[in-house]
Amino acid sequence: MADAATTPTDMRPATPGPRATAATADVALTPAERRAARAELRRNRLMAFLLVTPLLVFLTFAFIAPIATMLFRSVHSPAVAELIPATLERLSEWDGQGLPDTATRTAFASDLRTLFAERRSGRLGEEINRVLPGASSTIQGTARRLNAEDPDAVAASGAEMLSALNPAWDQPDIWRALQRAGQVYTDRFFLTALDLERTPEGAIQARTSARIYIDLYTKTLRMALTITVLTILLGYPLAFFLAQQPSGRANMLIIFVLLPFWTSLLVRTTAWIALLQTNGVVNSTLMAVGIIGEPLTLLYTEFATVLAMTHILLPFMVLPLYAVMKGIDPSYMRAAMSMGARPIRAWWSVYLPASLPGLSAGAMLVFIISVGYYITPALVGGTDGQMISNLIAFHMQQSNNWGLAAALGSLLLALILVIYFAFDRFVGASNIKLG
Amino acid sequence: MKPMKRLLAATAVAALALPAAAQDMTVVSFGGAYGAAQRTHMIDPFMAATGVNILFEDYSGGIAEIKAQVEAGNILWDVVDIEVIDLERACSEGLLEVIPRDILPPGDDGTPALEDFYPEALASECGVGVIFWSTIFAYNQNVFPDGGPKTIAELFDTEAFPGPRALRRRPQVNMEWALIADGVPKDEVYAVLSTPEGQQRAFAKLDSIRDSVVWFDSWSQAPVLLNDGGAVIVQSANGRIFDAVVQEDRPFEMVFDGQLFDLDVWAIVRGTDKIDLAHEFIAFATGTVPLAGMQDVAYGPTRRSSNPLVDPAVVPFLPSSHIDIGLKADGVFWADFGETLGEQFNEWLLR
Repeated sequence: MADAATTPTDMRPATPGPRATAATADVALTPAERRAARAELRRNRLMAFLLVTPLLVFLTFAFIAPIATMLFRSVHSPAVAELIPATLERLSEWDGQGLPDTATRTAFASDLRTLFAERRSGRLGEEINRVLPGASSTIQGTARRLNAEDPDAVAASGAEMLSALNPAWDQPDIWRALQRAGQVYTDRFFLTALDLERTPEGAIQARTSARIYIDLYTKTLRMALTITVLTILLGYPLAFFLAQQPSGRANMLIIFVLLPFWTSLLVRTTAWIALLQTNGVVNSTLMAVGIIGEPLTLLYTEFATVLAMTHILLPFMVLPLYAVMKGIDPSYMRAAMSMGARPIRAWWSVYLPASLPGLSAGAMLVFIISVGYYITPALVGGTDGQMISNLIAFHMQQSNNWGLAAALGSLLLALILVIYFAFDRFVGASNIKLG
Repeated sequence: MKPMKRLLAATAVAALALPAAAQDMTVVSFGGAYGAAQRTHMIDPFMAATGVNILFEDYSGGIAEIKAQVEAGNILWDVVDIEVIDLERACSEGLLEVIPRDILPPGDDGTPALEDFYPEALASECGVGVIFWSTIFAYNQNVFPDGGPKTIAELFDTEAFPGPRALRRRPQVNMEWALIADGVPKDEVYAVLSTPEGQQRAFAKLDSIRDSVVWFDSWSQAPVLLNDGGAVIVQSANGRIFDAVVQEDRPFEMVFDGQLFDLDVWAIVRGTDKIDLAHEFIAFATGTVPLAGMQDVAYGPTRRSSNPLVDPAVVPFLPSSHIDIGLKADGVFWADFGETLGEQFNEWLLR
């Protein structure tokens, strides 16, 4: 946009059409006309800018800022540095071998006592526990008992008191954990999100305790893929059928596709709960017919999540497919068949390639939406139907580990971008058509 | 101010304050039958007596939501009903205000508040006791017509008593029960649970029933699960099963063996700007008569002066009538181990 005003030809964008511009191109302009044209151009640009300003402001506050905050939070963790600055300063001189010197440990004991009195030791315990699982109880228990001691005694012989209260303080591990948790910029949330951890010596290794996140990412991708394939299997024939109908009937039928789309997500999900529960519609029907003797466990499973999400996301597949199929001239198929192709062959060579843009759009929409889906797995997924978003929500709302939630979210964002670029590389994003 | 201008200003204020416009104070508790009893005996009378508007909301317990509000500096709740098993942790982590004792009125018989309350009810400076209750388990008599599980060990016996059992999705109570089921004497449970070996032992015991467990979040789900067949045995607060049996005539049997004896208190979220109103509400709600109203759901009053008002028919259902076969929930233990075991428990769940 900026270099548009360099030639006289481009300087009169306000002239009515391309033909008029071409006709006046060779006419020399007076300086006054040039100035007027430039002013006009500036005004137009300003107008255009003002028109998009609300959107820009909205995007900045509702989209760019939160994502930037998330990315920042995933590596930024100032809590421990703010809680025990003096101890950390002393610990920075410690080489990580053996124990820190007595003065450092005594200073920490005093800090810990003060933190408990100020009721902030729990926060410290929570942060250290994320670096060294189990450390929270050591810190809270020690802090509680130090608080019962005289402050001067703690200041004088804090190091011995720590040893007496819990043998963990005689191990270097917890001190290394303090040192590491004190880093303001850290990679530990990303390591945890990738099921990695640092050894006490600082090397990166696979997590020794539970490994859950990689499995959960894999499961999320697998479920999203299953849902996408199911919506294609259900949606493609439906869209094909709709596209063949006379427009009056098609419009009526499309209402049936849209009706669930307009219904609240919660209502649709709750309907599945009513259908799938132990004494629900599905189980009682199957038992009444005599197909099963015992009610099946349908609700609170991965099956329930996939089923409900397929239903909920089906319109996202049908609508782009239908829009593209409406635009395919029926004479193509007739032409192919008149030249001797059987219907399957004609569909495969002519119709499918023509409908591919709609299929790509639908598949991309369904896949990306389902990878980040939250509410349906939370309601019908039980324990094994949970997806990565549910764990992100868990770390936001329950465990208050916002750093880990941010790292998991950033990885999810990166994953979707990678998938999108891979898709663009192999299928071509320009092939996506929404209508 | 001109009327038009005033109208505009009022509209602007209303628009800005929309989420908080309708109420003067937010009180949060556990909902269901217990919430209904609190509404009848505490919330509604307080609103009638003072004209203060209260938004009475439900949560499913634990400290996470309170913590999120305090740490983010975005206080949405003013007064919260907290289980004592979580109270010490919330208090020692600075999530609650200290409640001065001089706001509490004497009992209706004239006993000064500090003597009228049971000592447990005022044990923490952050809370004032509302009820004595306990975590019990219950089963559906229709599923076990020849008698269901009678002990915690039988609750963990999936061969003798097959079927889904519903437990609350948190380490508290479940870890204690796992150890009791594994043969640890009740008075040693917390000592064993303090050691890594004891924690492994509890998780190993939970492993043995993991395929039969249905996890729920909110106490109000417990009677529902038992009712709709989602589970044949449920862990529950005793009052909820009592309510289902007495009010709705359900065929549920309560088992008090291994009951985890606890209290609920009113506490004030730290940083609320309605602290005076919160004090006023707590003083009102922990008076002799409102506390006696908790017998509707078989929870014991925390004031001695409320005891004469309790219907003798309810007494056998009060947790205090079975105290010798129970175990007192240890809030200090959970203050120290809540974070550690919470993380381990969540990882165990996802394993």
